[in-house]
Amino acid sequence: MRHIISILMENESGALSRVAGLFSARGYNIESLTVAPTEDPSLSRMTLVTRGNDDIIEQITKQLNKLIDVVKLIDLADSFHIERELLMVKVKTSPEMRDEIRSMADIFRGKIIDVTPTTYIIEMTGPSEKLDAFIAAIDPESIIEAVRSGPTGISRGELGLHL
Amino acid sequence: MELNGAQIVVQSLIDEGVEYIFGYPGGAVLHLYDAIFQQEELKHILVRHEQGATHAADGYARATGKPGVVLVTSGPGATNAITGIATAYLDSIPLVVISGQVSLPVIGSDAFQEVDMVGITRPCVKHNFLVKDVTKLAETIKKAFYVATTGRPGPVVIDIPKDITAPNIKVPYSYPDSVSIRSYNPVVTGHKGQIKKAVDLLLSAKRPIIYSGGGVVLGEASEQLIEFTRALGYPITNTLMGLGSYPATDNQYVGMLGMHGTYEANMAMHESDVIIAIGARFDDRVTGKLDLFCPHAKIIHIDIDPASISKTVRVAIPIVGDVKPVLEQMLELIKVSSIKIDANALADWWKQISEWQSINCLEFDRSSPLIKPQYVIEQLHEVTKGDAYVTSDVGQHQMWAAQYYKFNKPRRWINSGGLGTMGFGLPSAIGVKLAFPEADVACVTGEASIQMCIQELSTALQYKTPIKILNLNNRYMGMVRQWQEFSYESRYSHSYMDTIPEFVKLAEAYGHVGLRIDKPEEVRPTLEAAFAMKDRTVFIDIMTDRTENVYPMIEAGKGHHDMKLRVAIGTSTDRELA
Repeated sequence: MRHIISILMENESGALSRVAGLFSARGYNIESLTVAPTEDPSLSRMTLVTRGNDDIIEQITKQLNKLIDVVKLIDLADSFHIERELLMVKVKTSPEMRDEIRSMADIFRGKIIDVTPTTYIIEMTGPSEKLDAFIAAIDPESIIEAVRSGPTGISRGELGLHL
Repeated sequence: MELNGAQIVVQSLIDEGVEYIFGYPGGAVLHLYDAIFQQEELKHILVRHEQGATHAADGYARATGKPGVVLVTSGPGATNAITGIATAYLDSIPLVVISGQVSLPVIGSDAFQEVDMVGITRPCVKHNFLVKDVTKLAETIKKAFYVATTGRPGPVVIDIPKDITAPNIKVPYSYPDSVSIRSYNPVVTGHKGQIKKAVDLLLSAKRPIIYSGGGVVLGEASEQLIEFTRALGYPITNTLMGLGSYPATDNQYVGMLGMHGTYEANMAMHESDVIIAIGARFDDRVTGKLDLFCPHAKIIHIDIDPASISKTVRVAIPIVGDVKPVLEQMLELIKVSSIKIDANALADWWKQISEWQSINCLEFDRSSPLIKPQYVIEQLHEVTKGDAYVTSDVGQHQMWAAQYYKFNKPRRWINSGGLGTMGFGLPSAIGVKLAFPEADVACVTGEASIQMCIQELSTALQYKTPIKILNLNNRYMGMVRQWQEFSYESRYSHSYMDTIPEFVKLAEAYGHVGLRIDKPEEVRPTLEAAFAMKDRTVFIDIMTDRTENVYPMIEAGKGHHDMKLRVAIGTSTDRELA
C-alpha cells in the first residue's frame, strides 16, 4: 500500500543522505521525496512516498525514528490529509492545437506560465492522480518535458507535525 | 580557560573520564598527537593497524561497560577503522571514534588522504559528526559520548578537520556536564499495561522458556535476570551475545540456542508455548528458518530499541524499555500476582527437557589420540576456574569457546557475534587486559583468524598486557571447511593454507613466549604453565584434530527441531580429508 511519510528533521548537512541511505541499505523503495526548510530555519520537512505492507511500513517508521537527526514523523496515510503535487509541463503547440491545449489546461485548472511561438509551459497542482490524468489527456507526442515535484502533504484538522 | 582545538579534544576526553585512547598517528591528527604528548592523564595505546585500535577499544568497552575511544588519521587510517566500527555497531557496543580529516577548505577536492568518513561510516554507526567550528568541539564530543552510551549503545564517529585542531586558534573551553538532543530521547521505562499483560501470560504458561541476549549484558541487568528466572523456575537459554548474563552452571540453564546451540535449548524453544525474549533480537543465527520458528509460542519481547521489535518475528506483547527496570517491574508484579504457576505442567515440562538433555549433545570423543578442541576449552575453564575473560575470533573455535567455557558472569565472554569479524580476538584481549590487569585474559583463536591482526602482538609487548593465546590449529579455516563438508560434497575450496607460519618462532620474534603441543596429555600442564607466567604473553599453538566439526548444528533453511547431531562419537578422526 502507498504511504506518505512526513518527517521533521534537523536542517543539517547530511540529514538527507541519512534518510536516503537508510532506504537503500534496508531495501525499501522510495517513490518520491521532497525536502525543504520550514518556518523554523533549524528544521527541514521531508515528504516521502513509499510502498510496502504493514510490517515494512512499521519498520520504515521505526528505523526513521532511530535516526538521530529525525525529530518527529507521521504517516499521513493513517489520518485524513491533503496532498498536492506540482507539475510543470512544456508542450509543443502547432497553431491549430494552441486553443485545444489551452482549454484542456483550463479544464484541469492549470495555468499557462510561459508562452513562445511554438510552446506553452503549463503549471498545475493537485493530487498526483489528477496530474496523471492531465498528462494522459494530452497528446504524448506534444510533450517536450514534464517536471513533477513529487507529492507533499499535510494532515487535516488541528493535529499537526510540529515541535 | 582558552585552549586550541587539539587541547580541547584531549581535555574533553579527560573530563569525560576517558582512561585509554587507542590510536595511530598520521598527517591529519598531528596537532592532536602533539596535545596528547604534552599531558599524562589520558593514556594513548599505539596499535599496529587501525583495525586493532577499534577492536582493542571495543574489547575494553565490552569488559568494562565504559565507552571505548579511538583516534585515527584521515584517509587510510579512517578506512582501516571501518571493520572495527561495523563490528561494534552490529553488537551495540559504545565506541567514540575520532578521525582526522583534511582541512575544511580542501574537503571535497580529493586531497591527500581524504575520504568522506561521515559518508563511509553512515551505515555502520549510531551517529556521526563532522566538526566545522572549533567552538562546537567540546559540545560535539559530549554529544558523541551521550549518543554512544545511552539507549541502544553503538559507535559514534567524530570527524575533525585538521584546521579545527590548529595550535594557534584558541577559544574559551568548558566541558558540558550534560547535553540534550531534542531529536533523541531513548525510552527507558516500559509501558505498565504491557508489563502487566506480559506477567499474566508468563504465569499462565505451560511450557515457558526465557530467551535472553546481549541486551542483558549491555543493560547491566544480569542480577535482575537471575532473580527473575529463579522466581519463575523456568528454563533459560542465552544467545551467543548473552552468555554469562545467566550462570551457565545453574540448573535452570539449558545452554546456548541457535545454529550451534544445545539440543535441549533449541527443542525447548520449538515446543514452548510462551517465550520471553529479553534484550535479544531474533537474529537469523538464532531463529533458523523463520517459517518454522517456535510454531506454538506466544512471544513477549523486551528491547530498548523499538525497531528490534517485530522486525523478523511478530510478537504478541512488545515492551520497549531498558531491560533492568522492566525486569524489576515484572518481578514486583510476579510476587503479588494472583495467578499461580501450574506446577504440574512445569514439572512435566522440566521432565521433557531433561529427556532432551540426556542425549548429551555436547559430548565428544575423549579417547582420541589427537587433541580435541572441545577438551582444550574444558581445560581452559578448569585452569582459570571459570573466571577468565575469554575473547575469541570467528569460526569453529568461537563456537567451541561459547559451548564449553561455562560463563558464570557477564562481560567475561568477548566476541564478535553480529559481524563475525576475524581478527577481533587478539586486539580485544589487549583492551580487556588494560582494563583488568590482574585478571586472566585468554584469547581463543585459530590459525586463520589470528593472522588477520597478528601484528598486535607487538602492541601487547609494548604495553605489557600479558594475555594467553590459545591457537586451535587445525590447519583449516575450520568453519568454512565444515560447511564445505556438509554442503559442497567436501570440496575444500581455499579453506586451508599451504603455508602456515611457525607460530612459536613468530611469538618469540615478537618478544613473547611460544609453545606448541600436539598431544591431549600436554594440554592441562601447558595451560597451567602458561597462566602461571603472570607477566608474559604466551602463544600456545595447539595442534588439534583437523576433522572435528561443531555440533549440534542447524543447517540453513532448517528449524530448531531439525538439528544435525554428532553422528557417532569416536568416528570423526577416521575420516579422510583432502
